[in-house]
Amino acid sequence: MSQQTPIDFWSKDLVEGRDLRELNTLNLGPTHPATHGIFQNVLTMDGEIILDAKQTIGYIHRAFEKIAERRPFYQITTLTDRMNYCSAPINNMGWHTTVEKLLNIELPQRVQYMRVIIMELSRISDHIICNTIIGQDVGATTPFLYVYQWRERIYEVYEEICGGRLTTNMGRIGGWERNWSDLAWARIKAIVKDLPAALKEFDDLLLRNRIFMDRTIGCGPIGAERALEYGFTGPNLRAAGVDYDVRVADPYCGYEEFDFVIPIGTNGDTYDRFTVRQEEMRQSLSIIRQAMEKVEKLSDKTTFRGDVPEWVLPPKEGVYNNMEELIWHFKVVMGEIDVPVGEVYHCVEGGNGELGFYLVSDGGRAPFRLHLRRPCFIYYQAFPEMIKGGMLSDAIITMSSMNVIAGELDA
Amino acid sequence: MPGFAVKAERDQQVKDRVSVAFGEKITAIEQERDLVCISVKKEALHELLKSLRDEHGFHFLTTCCGMHFPGEAQEFGLVYHLHNMRAGHRIRVKCRTTANDLEFRTATDLWPTANWMERETWDFFGIKFKGHPDLRRILNMEDFPAFPLRKDYPLEDPTRKDKDDRFFGR
Repeated sequence: MSQQTPIDFWSKDLVEGRDLRELNTLNLGPTHPATHGIFQNVLTMDGEIILDAKQTIGYIHRAFEKIAERRPFYQITTLTDRMNYCSAPINNMGWHTTVEKLLNIELPQRVQYMRVIIMELSRISDHIICNTIIGQDVGATTPFLYVYQWRERIYEVYEEICGGRLTTNMGRIGGWERNWSDLAWARIKAIVKDLPAALKEFDDLLLRNRIFMDRTIGCGPIGAERALEYGFTGPNLRAAGVDYDVRVADPYCGYEEFDFVIPIGTNGDTYDRFTVRQEEMRQSLSIIRQAMEKVEKLSDKTTFRGDVPEWVLPPKEGVYNNMEELIWHFKVVMGEIDVPVGEVYHCVEGGNGELGFYLVSDGGRAPFRLHLRRPCFIYYQAFPEMIKGGMLSDAIITMSSMNVIAGELDA
Repeated sequence: MPGFAVKAERDQQVKDRVSVAFGEKITAIEQERDLVCISVKKEALHELLKSLRDEHGFHFLTTCCGMHFPGEAQEFGLVYHLHNMRAGHRIRVKCRTTANDLEFRTATDLWPTANWMERETWDFFGIKFKGHPDLRRILNMEDFPAFPLRKDYPLEDPTRKDKDDRFFGR
């Protein structure tokens, strides 16, 4: 039960000056099936109540920031995939838009709308994963099995667009690698048509479910002020009641043209985080619908990238037959392209918060320094504070509702 | 999002007020694309961050990261990005130091979130933070022998002769 009993957890049970509590140390993780990833927490427990948690992270650290210093810009896209792998396209687009900001590239509207569509689709798939796993962790297996089909449908769209599913390497600096096929558009249309009914069913299963509410309301709460001090962003911050969303605060890819609502919670507990994500999925669907209308209204049906030939591989027929295009191909592949000297900070609204890229370029073919602001690295440090005084089972659902992705945490 | 004119005005306000309040302690105030960047001397860094937080409304610490510029006199650096969410206003603060003097004052007293960011900076650059509650390595193992994001740390295994960084990337 999440309703905390009025025990004073911090006062010691002193009998004749001795602390009679028997404190246990419990290793939650590194590989625990309920933590969905490699997280180690050494818990100090008084019976079932958590008194303290010590976190160890870094089990899947892959030094992306170091590798990025030796790679041409376009090769860094594949590194960003592997951060928040539940919504890899957002990371890809975030990286492309960062480089475009450095290069001062303006993209055609159609390309921007396509980016918006794919980012919102991946936000939906990210939220589906997180919310169904909250269900799974409180014992409701049904959503995890049935709503997951929609994640599969979204992955089929990715597959049609770029060939990849989980680590997508989608899009290129300056646009898309190719125009989307009719099948991709048809799949997106089908998702937009059918998903609302499935979301409704998902809501009906959990949202007003007495067991689910008892289990999640008041579980792992954090207040707005504390959340800001801890650098929370994304749905977790919004659940605490702060309406900060990068899509509205610092619009990119033409988000300022769309009409959508930022849902916020009040208590910052697991239930609020769940409901905020549920509503965000609906808002994302509405954004996709608007973007598709906008794309259909455009007279231009073929543009899929900006006018940046130095960043896009030339068509293969040309490469095999003409010298100029072969040279061009090699220049792109070897990264022999002039890049302005400068520093940019660019952020996008990732699946779990503000995903920032601080890119320092010295004009070389690889960044001089790339710092990745991974949202869950920053807010996961509040976890001990959020679970103190709660039960072990509450800690599990608090962690799953925070949407901490090991790949992003450890980068 | 504030309009362009509003943003320029705000940037100018911060520039003016900071340069008056800190005077000599500010080494440079530049406009780097869309952000104002304040470079500050090491001894005044904490004071500047505190003033930006309390007097200019930059209540949110977005990132803090280390930098390494080998061959320069001021070899190491710290970069902070602060954010004023109410006004939709961001700012960058930079601070440089020499290799012999790698200890900054911690910002954990201003923002608890600086805790892990500073641990990451220590882990990768060997920059220490005075007053940090728990300055241990965070992503690398405890007994890792180097600070890997320093430029002199090779990406490839240094014993290998078949891979030459000159031909791949940087």
